[in-house]
Amino acid sequence: MSEQKPQSQTVQTTGHAWDGDLQEYNNPLPVWWVYTFYATVIFALVYWTIYPSWPIGKGWIGGVSNITYVNSEGETKTHSWNTRALLMADMNKAAVAQKPYFDKIQAMSYEQIANDPDMSGFIISAGRSLFAENCAACHQAGGQGVIGFFPNLTDDDWLYGGSFEKIHETLMDGRRGYMPAFSEVLNGEQIDQLANYVASLSGIGHDAIKARAGDVLFRSETAACFYCHTSEATGRQDMGAPNLTNNIWLWANVPAADTTEGKVAAIRGVIAGGLNKGAMPAWSGRLSPEQIKVLTVYVHELGGGQ
Amino acid sequence: MQTGLEDQLGLYQKRIPILTRSVKGRFRRFKTSVLVLAYAIYFLLPWLPWSRLDAPAQAVLFDLPGRRFLIFGLTVYPQEVIWLALLLFIAAILLFFVTGLVGRAFCGYFCFQTLWTDFFIWIEHKIQGERPARVRLYRQPWDREKLLKVGGTHALWVLASLWTGLTFVFYFAYAPQLLLDFFTGQAAPAAYITVGILTLSTYVAAGLMREQICTYVCPYGRFQSVMYEPETLAVHYDSRRGEAAHGRAAARAGQRTLAERHEKGLGDCVDCGLCEQVCPVGIDIRDGLQYKCISCGLCIDACNTIMDSFSFPRGLIRYDSEKNLALPTPVAPKIQWKRLKTIGYGVALVLMSAYLVYSVATRGDFDRTVNQIRQPLYVMLSNGDIRNRYQIRITNKAAQTQTYEISARGIPAVALDLGNFSEITIKPGHSALVQASVRLPPTVAAQTQRFELVITPQGKPAEANAEYVRFDAPGKRP
Repeated sequence: MSEQKPQSQTVQTTGHAWDGDLQEYNNPLPVWWVYTFYATVIFALVYWTIYPSWPIGKGWIGGVSNITYVNSEGETKTHSWNTRALLMADMNKAAVAQKPYFDKIQAMSYEQIANDPDMSGFIISAGRSLFAENCAACHQAGGQGVIGFFPNLTDDDWLYGGSFEKIHETLMDGRRGYMPAFSEVLNGEQIDQLANYVASLSGIGHDAIKARAGDVLFRSETAACFYCHTSEATGRQDMGAPNLTNNIWLWANVPAADTTEGKVAAIRGVIAGGLNKGAMPAWSGRLSPEQIKVLTVYVHELGGGQ
Repeated sequence: MQTGLEDQLGLYQKRIPILTRSVKGRFRRFKTSVLVLAYAIYFLLPWLPWSRLDAPAQAVLFDLPGRRFLIFGLTVYPQEVIWLALLLFIAAILLFFVTGLVGRAFCGYFCFQTLWTDFFIWIEHKIQGERPARVRLYRQPWDREKLLKVGGTHALWVLASLWTGLTFVFYFAYAPQLLLDFFTGQAAPAAYITVGILTLSTYVAAGLMREQICTYVCPYGRFQSVMYEPETLAVHYDSRRGEAAHGRAAARAGQRTLAERHEKGLGDCVDCGLCEQVCPVGIDIRDGLQYKCISCGLCIDACNTIMDSFSFPRGLIRYDSEKNLALPTPVAPKIQWKRLKTIGYGVALVLMSAYLVYSVATRGDFDRTVNQIRQPLYVMLSNGDIRNRYQIRITNKAAQTQTYEISARGIPAVALDLGNFSEITIKPGHSALVQASVRLPPTVAAQTQRFELVITPQGKPAEANAEYVRFDAPGKRP
């Protein structure tokens, strides 16, 4: 480098001249850079062969790589490489691992599952994740529900029945809650009396005179509350009519009201306005039978099952 | 070497082989004893049998797939990782403590690099002979003798490295089975890869790189040197005695006795060069304390041997402290531990070791976690009762199956509902989850702030464990 090089060995220029005499040297690229570049070219060619790459017409070059996985039924599935198959391979790893447990769930009865320590542990973990994904959006994380919207699954008060079979039925077929709007058949005073009577049944503060009148109305043909709620007001599980005597509220937000008037007003609102918004989705078809069975036991074991 | 080409000076210094002479003496004996003891433990321990219920019959087994370490009668679960952390801390503090006292003694006697290098040099010595023979062999061109001897040495080194790597993986699986599987091609890929890596690294580190590991690679050498103090014992050449007024001199005629040498003002060092020849890192300790010196003490033995043959007093090279050597009349070297730093490390060591022993000794046979289910905090039931629910997880850490009984203290007995699980049987190493529900009438609920859940291994009331849990009710602050 310190020697004088003859003219013929000077670095070549690109050959183009700007503005008369402005030229650019054509120095060689660094060797390491050039060979790294060649390596990336080879890498690209290999990659294009193995994985899906160039589109052709309406399709594309699929690549020689395959994804194979075993699903929970024991079938081996092979797909040409795509990200959905990757996802299925991942999901099926879990499904295959869970299959022995789900098989046992199908074979055992509800009581057996609830009383077996191993199965009980599986129900708690699998049930918790199934519940969180499907049920918690409405019934909240622990199943405690929201007053005015979704029932509390952890207490021992059930609209349609809290046995394993009844819970299963609710999950499979869904439920539709309905109460007529009594403002169409009763006047304000009558509704007020009924509200005070219902409040008295749960031990809430009430106007005693109005409650006595409401008592009579409850069992009369005018209001006919006893048709659905029975004359003892304990409710009918075959109709989904709640027990009015236990101070557990789903639709009337009695716990939120601070004063007696507020509580009675909440009850009045339900009687007058009726209820048509209780809709529990039907999960058969959306969840597999084993998953519904897991959820049945899980909900039953949330503490209120019968 | 060519001249006139200054730009030939590169940045790479090719290793000059160090061919050490063997020596006998106190420190050589100590080094060999440590080697034999360490090798005995390392190579024989995986083969020690130990009868177990549900694990292979090996005394020391790090069962990674089973998530447990089996060390004689103790099963260590992942929850006890704090023991491992403590052990590592103790090892570090022990190193700092010992370094403050005797310098790089770990490097010279205990480090596995030193142990394996020493062993490999011994193999080399046995096949190729003493130092003069090895030097001659090194300089000689590649003929049949050299091929056989050098090839044989390296072959034995590879064999030793292979057995070292194999022994390492024997700690992680049942040794007899793994040995069989390994050589019939049935072992797991991880075994082959690990043994491959360890064989290669042992052969390269102990056979080819040797002292370069200590000099260039190992971080211990760097920070160990920083931990020296003027009172630390290190290998020192007593230059005052060895050089005296007119330096060292060979023991020719007229300079053979001490009296003659002192009259002439000559030092006690007879410049035999033996200390350089035995040094495994190839330094001359007479130049003073150097970063390469690993404090192995072989030069001390070498010099003492020569001193004995001349009937001179021993200790021309000895373990001594800088402070002592700087005194006008040095006293006999001894370990000076009455320093704040040393005492501090010692106290820390004692405390941590005591805690580790205590922790291991009092580790219960089962682990439990009790948590209140907080979604929802409480539920009002149809008869007005308030109910709280709790999740109890019990892990059985004993070596046999155990049944546990769960009960409560501080609430009426009828309030606790455990379903079918008031007694639960758990296999060793497994855990189980029990959901307990406690329901109290509203008046009692308002007065109950907390109560105890008690878990008792059946038949062992002394090992019962109680946990306080809250009871929540409407109106109470969460």
